[in-house]
Formats: sequence, structure tokens, C-alpha cells
Amino acid sequence: MTDNALIQKSVISKNGLWTNNVALVQLLGLCPLLAVTGTVINGLGLGIATLLTLVLSNSIVSLVRPWLKSEIRIPLFVLIIASIVTTIELIMNAWFHELYLVLGIFIPLIVTNCSIIARAEAFASKNSLPDSALDGFMMGLGFTLVLVVLGGLRELLGYGTLFASADLMFGDIGKTMTITFSENYQGFLLAILPPGAFLGLGFLIAVKNIIDKRQKAKQTVVVHGAEPVAG
Amino acid sequence: MLFKRTPAPHIKDHTSVRQIMYMVLYALIPGALASIYFFGWGVLFNLVIAISVCLLAEAAVLKLRKRDIYSTLLDGSTLVTACLLALALPSLAPWWITTIASLFAIVIAKHLYGGLGFNPFNPAMVGYIVVMISFPLEMTLWSAPTGVSVGNHVGWPDFMTSFNWVFLGVLPPNETIDSISMATPLDLIKTQLSQFHDIAETRNNVQFSALFSNISGTGWQWINILYLAGGIWLIKKDVVDWRIPTAFIISLVLISNLFAVIDYANNSSALFHAFSGGAMLCAFFIATDPVTASTTPKGRWIYGACTGVLVFIIRNWGGYPDGIAFAVVLMNITTPLIDYYTQPKVFGEAGK
Repeated sequence: MTDNALIQKSVISKNGLWTNNVALVQLLGLCPLLAVTGTVINGLGLGIATLLTLVLSNSIVSLVRPWLKSEIRIPLFVLIIASIVTTIELIMNAWFHELYLVLGIFIPLIVTNCSIIARAEAFASKNSLPDSALDGFMMGLGFTLVLVVLGGLRELLGYGTLFASADLMFGDIGKTMTITFSENYQGFLLAILPPGAFLGLGFLIAVKNIIDKRQKAKQTVVVHGAEPVAG
Repeated sequence: MLFKRTPAPHIKDHTSVRQIMYMVLYALIPGALASIYFFGWGVLFNLVIAISVCLLAEAAVLKLRKRDIYSTLLDGSTLVTACLLALALPSLAPWWITTIASLFAIVIAKHLYGGLGFNPFNPAMVGYIVVMISFPLEMTLWSAPTGVSVGNHVGWPDFMTSFNWVFLGVLPPNETIDSISMATPLDLIKTQLSQFHDIAETRNNVQFSALFSNISGTGWQWINILYLAGGIWLIKKDVVDWRIPTAFIISLVLISNLFAVIDYANNSSALFHAFSGGAMLCAFFIATDPVTASTTPKGRWIYGACTGVLVFIIRNWGGYPDGIAFAVVLMNITTPLIDYYTQPKVFGEAGK
């Protein structure tokens, strides 16, 4: 692998995880993001389902690239994504049935998550298979991370626990994973209700912007410091 | 902060934010005293907690935002927010309820939107709504008003009982929270109606009859009358515009009267609605907030009237006993739209 290819891979990764994060920067897929992040496990479940969809749809779109007629590409993307989501829905129904029941309508609704068609159109239809798969994976991972963090925040404030009902996803081992912070915690209902999701996402975006700003300030300082040496 | 002079015509008036806010505070005093008289120490504790938390939060945020702390802190707007919030919260609310509400009001509802003058929603009401939907149970903890017996005593609990409950969450061994707290008339009528006891039945029930007075509820009647008096003084002093309170009261009275006439058994009288809960506090002090309310003359009529209708709707069919906070915040969202469509004609503009 040449250096150039490596650099491109790291650019794709950073793009998906941070600079162009689906949830925090593109603000796509907010409907499931806000609706299912009541707990960490719900967020993780939907995140992984979305991640799988993104990887598969990006790969397939990239593979069929040579035969794509640009006039009908959008319906084709939708068809591809819909078949993938249906498959994932059936898989979850079969092996993660309880989680499937909890997430409910939001699994089939992954189809409507704009980030998936956006990646197919903007990236996969123009790039090679490995790059497209990596892009799908990183975009999905970035989305999953936000879902998990937001789910964690809301679960902690709302129920005073973390990883509650992890057995839905990890089987019996999951039962030992639940961390309860206070036995008689009253629960801050607002965090679990929709306003809590909006407020939480707002704060996450704010934190990301602060970090970006700090880094930018640091870089400028470094550049200024380097000038006299260069001169 | 002094208002900037605009080009002619000049009207010489040195009213500042500070003067206006302190006048609002003075006008609140009679109603607040009545609140303390009827609901006891808890109201005082609410005021103390809300004022200290709000001022501390305001100072902290101003420091973070690198603004001048003292001039803004002393302009009185934070004090008004704190007082409105404290007077709206139930008298036996635990300290952390008041604290959370105050923090939300100042940090999120006020400063995250840009501070005084930029907040689209009334901060005090946002704080109230946050605790209302998060802790619905604690938000019903009103003490029994003076003269009404509950459990084995009459009226509100003494200083030590209230203090221990509000700050430490402990009660004397022979008491439960139900033996010192009591539903408000609005809440009571609502729950009784849901169990198919009509209003006359509730009012004549020996258990509850002491809660009701001639007009509305014991205590509530006087608190509302005194807020009305304070509000009229504010209008006379030109601090608040008369249109919003007038529109609010007229629409609340008209719509509640309409329903009372149609179905007397299941709808409270118009006077009961106008003098219950936070009606008068809302009419003169909350709905008239200069930042979040409509500012055009016609817009004020619409804004006040819609708030009144919403209060009635939420009281009658909503899930919460009083609808003031929700009605005001819902109308706050519509303020820009109302103002946009009700711009007064510029002098000299051609008529249609």
C-alpha cells in the first residue's frame, strides 16, 4: 500500500468519525437518533444496525458502479438499501428478538436515514470498493458513537444506570454489565423524554465545536511560532 | 442599561431596565406576602433558594461569557425571574426542585439563547415546565392553606417541619407527606371530575369544602386579588402595557363562562378560573414579559387572548392541573409570527 493510499484511508476515517460526523455535523438521521437513545443498549443496537447497512450499501453501490445509469441511480440506491435493511431486520428478529421489539419501527426506518443514501450518492458511487466500505464503516461508527454517548447521558440522568438490559444484546453475560449508580435515584424524567434528546444532542454538538475551536487555535499558535524559524 | 436615544420625536424618560424590574418586584410584594400568609414557610424557602441559585448561576454564566457581572446582576431581571419561579412552585417543593428549575431558567432558557433580551421563551416558565414534566409528583406538594385542616393539624406545617422537609427531605416520625400537603382546588376539581364527581358535589363534600371560598379557593382568591392590584399599579405606572392582561382576562373569562353556561355541573365558573392558580400572576407578570411577549398593539391583543384560551384548554383537558406555564411558552413561540403580521402602519404610509 502506498503512502498516498494510507493518507486517503486516514482522511476517510477522520471524516466519518469526526470532521463530517453524520449526527454532529451533517445532522442526518436525527429521527432515530432522538427517538431511541433512551438507553446505551438501545443506542448501540440501532447504531450497529445502521453501521451494517452503511457498510453493505456502500459496498454494493460501489460494486455496481460500472452499470449504474445516472438517470435511475436514486431508485436503484433505494432498492439496494431497502433490501439490506429488510435483511438486517429479519436477522435481528431472529437472533435479537427482544432488542428488535424494543427498537420497533426504527429498524425498518433505517431505510429513510438520509445519511445512507447520502453516502451512496456522494461517496460510494464515485469510489472503489475498499474505500467505499471503509467510508461506510467509519460513518456508521461515528453515528454509533454519538448514539451510545447520547444514550449513556440520557440513561444516566434519567434512570441512574448504565448498560441496563444489556442482556437484550449480549445474552446472559449482559445481566452482569448493568451499572447502577444509586439504588433510590428518583429519575430525571426530562432526560428520557424527547426534550432531553434535543438538549443532549445540542450539548454534544456544542462540545464538538468547542474542541474544534481549541484545536484550530492551537494550530494557529503553532504556525505563528514556526514563522520566525522559517524566516 | 439605559435605553438608547432614538431620533426625534424625543420623549424625555430615563426609565432603565433596572427601574422597570424593581417596580415589577414591588408590585409582586402584596401577592407574595399573601402567598406566604396562606401557604407558610415553604414559599419563603422557595424564594430564598430560587433567588440565591438564580443570582449565583447568572454570575457564573456572566463570568464564563466574560460580561460585566455587577451591572447585569443588579439590573433586577434575574431577581424577577427567580421570584416568578419561586411563587409558581408548590410551597412544599424540595430544595432540589427549586434548584434545578432555577438553573434551567437562567443557564439554558436565558443565557444559552443569548441572555436578557434574546431569550425566545420566558425563563421562569421554562424552569417551571422542566421540573413539572420531570417530577410531576413533587409538583403537587402544596401545603394546606391557612384555616384548612389536613391530617391532625390546621393550615401549613410549622417552621421546623417545613425546613426539615424542604432542605433535608425528612418528616417527623408521626407524619407522612400526605398529612401535611393538600391538592389545590384546580387539581382537586380535575381529579374529582375524572371520577365523575361534579363540581357542586366536590364543593359540598365535607372533606374538601374548606378548600373553597366564595370566588375560587381559600387563599388563592386573595393571592390572585393582590396580584391583580399589583398589576393595576404597574399599568398605572406605565411599566406594563394594559392590552395583554386585559385580553388575557377577558378571553379566559369569556371562554370559561361559555362552558360553564353550557354545562354548569362539570365546568367551573369564570370567576373561579380568573382567580385560581396562577391566573393573575400570569396576566400581569408572566404574559407581559417585555422580551418574550408580542410588542405590537394588535399583536398584544392576539397574544393575550390566545394565552387565555390556551390556559383554559390545558386546565380543562390537559394532563396538568394548571396551564399557565405551558400556555405562555406555547405563545412565546408564536410571538415573532404575531409581530410580523401585526406591524402598525408607518405614519404617512398610503392606505389600502
